[in-house]
Amino acid sequence: MNLLSKLSVGFLFVVISAAVFAPWIAPYSYETQDTFNTLATPSLNHLMGTDRLGRDLFSRLIYGTRVSLFIGVSTTLLALFVGTIYGAVSGYAGGRTDSVMMRFVDVIFALPDMLMIILITVMMGRGVSGVFIALTLVSWVTVARLVRGEVLRIKEYTYVEAAHALGSGNFRILTQEVLPNILGLLVVTLTFRIPVAILAESTLSFIGLGIAPPFSSWGTLANEGWQAIKFYPHLILFPSLAIFLTILSFNFLGDGLRDYLDPRNQARFG
Amino acid sequence: MLKYFFKRLLHGIPVLIAVATLTFIIMRLVPGGPFDEEKKLPPEILANIKAKYHLDQPVITQYLLYLRQLVQGDMGPSYKYIGRDVSDIISDTFPVSITLGLLAMLVVLGVGIPVGVWSAYRQNSIVDRGCVFFSTLGISVPSFVLGTLLVWLMSHELNWFPPALWEGPRHMILPALALGAPFSGYIARLTRSAVLEVLASDYIRTARAKGLTEPIILFKHTLKNSIYPIVSVVGPLTAGLVTGSFVIEFIFSIPGMGSFFITAVTNRDYPLIMGVTLVYALLIVLANILVDIIYMWLDPRVRV
Repeated sequence: MNLLSKLSVGFLFVVISAAVFAPWIAPYSYETQDTFNTLATPSLNHLMGTDRLGRDLFSRLIYGTRVSLFIGVSTTLLALFVGTIYGAVSGYAGGRTDSVMMRFVDVIFALPDMLMIILITVMMGRGVSGVFIALTLVSWVTVARLVRGEVLRIKEYTYVEAAHALGSGNFRILTQEVLPNILGLLVVTLTFRIPVAILAESTLSFIGLGIAPPFSSWGTLANEGWQAIKFYPHLILFPSLAIFLTILSFNFLGDGLRDYLDPRNQARFG
Repeated sequence: MLKYFFKRLLHGIPVLIAVATLTFIIMRLVPGGPFDEEKKLPPEILANIKAKYHLDQPVITQYLLYLRQLVQGDMGPSYKYIGRDVSDIISDTFPVSITLGLLAMLVVLGVGIPVGVWSAYRQNSIVDRGCVFFSTLGISVPSFVLGTLLVWLMSHELNWFPPALWEGPRHMILPALALGAPFSGYIARLTRSAVLEVLASDYIRTARAKGLTEPIILFKHTLKNSIYPIVSVVGPLTAGLVTGSFVIEFIFSIPGMGSFFITAVTNRDYPLIMGVTLVYALLIVLANILVDIIYMWLDPRVRV
């Protein structure tokens, strides 16, 4: 893998550690108020400064990592799971089943997705579960389409025919022959979809419709910073930077993985 | 061609009905309604309001009533903007959003395509690597991060552009940039790979061999053949710009459809939510039809 991908893995490792070990890393709790030091600029006491209520931004950012990362990873995993099953069944079954199943996917695909995410989140009551459901409902169709395309291609191969001839059932063929062959695609899709989910969640929270207090994600912090951008730009700088660098790392990692897993790329065998 | 256009338009109708149905289900699935306010209304008045908007009827009746209304071109009254019809609000805000979207599209294509071509022509050079690196940066930067950065830098620090509102060309530059730039990174990457593929083909070698000048090879042979993948993503791109615009409208306080959608959702203004969603969906459907027609016009092989 190239240098950028390796750097990205390093950065993501730091981010994930921050999320997992938040209580041990964060110098303050996410709600401790330093009332003599409100809206402080970055200093040794408060690495990223403090917000309007005197809460330490560095600590809040670390706790925010938990929410942002959890939503990004969990919605993507669920969407991947649902989408893979749906797409694999649809592609493998073919014919009428396939066209009916795909018609449904097309309709969901035609929905203006961000609008639906806003609508579902607000209707479900703002919070982690609302965002989670909204993101999953909208994003599984992309996976379903991708997987269906791959399954359509793979099921024509002679090794699938051979498995048929040897008497394997459909379930066995799907799990033993087809799925292992789309694993690479799934890994790459996972890497590219996580940043999309993180982006959607942070956008939602940024406009004030996503994660509600007492929880705060990076997007919520960016929203708080936005309200004070004219005089205290550091409050929005750090959350924005966290979002941007995380998404960037996932994209670099995805590019690297795609090249690495590409069968036409012989470098890894050398 | 015209017949094909109308056929596609007809295919769009079931999609729109499905969008309306799904939106309706999502809106009504959850308890609570548009008139549950903190200040309790007297029950008689509440009953009157509900009767006026048919909210006292069974949900399925309401749905059918709405569809019947819609077919007649009536999107109903807004619940919260008293005395205004949804179609009034949309005809006020639609031009704003569509201007923003088209300007952003201009940024996307105007930056993305030249950068991609330049990058491909200098494959594996410093320029190429720089372009690929910056387009990945572009893809990764959320438009609200770019938007807030632009407001802080260009408006608050440098005072070059106004930070908000929608009152003239000077107000449009920052929003269009913030909305378009992330997508232009994507187009640049796509253009680069398409151009690279064409440049490796035999007919380009032939063109070089017979001594055509570089500009002719670039515009007449390379670009013409590498434009297809770009055209085919303009549909999804439109969808991305359209649904991405509400964040930008939020940041710059632009009175577009997106801003009204956000207020409508928080107010549970059912007809307004429906109206805006349907207009957005219609835009996406139309963009996809347009793309297919451009595609057919460009490529004789897919003509019917």
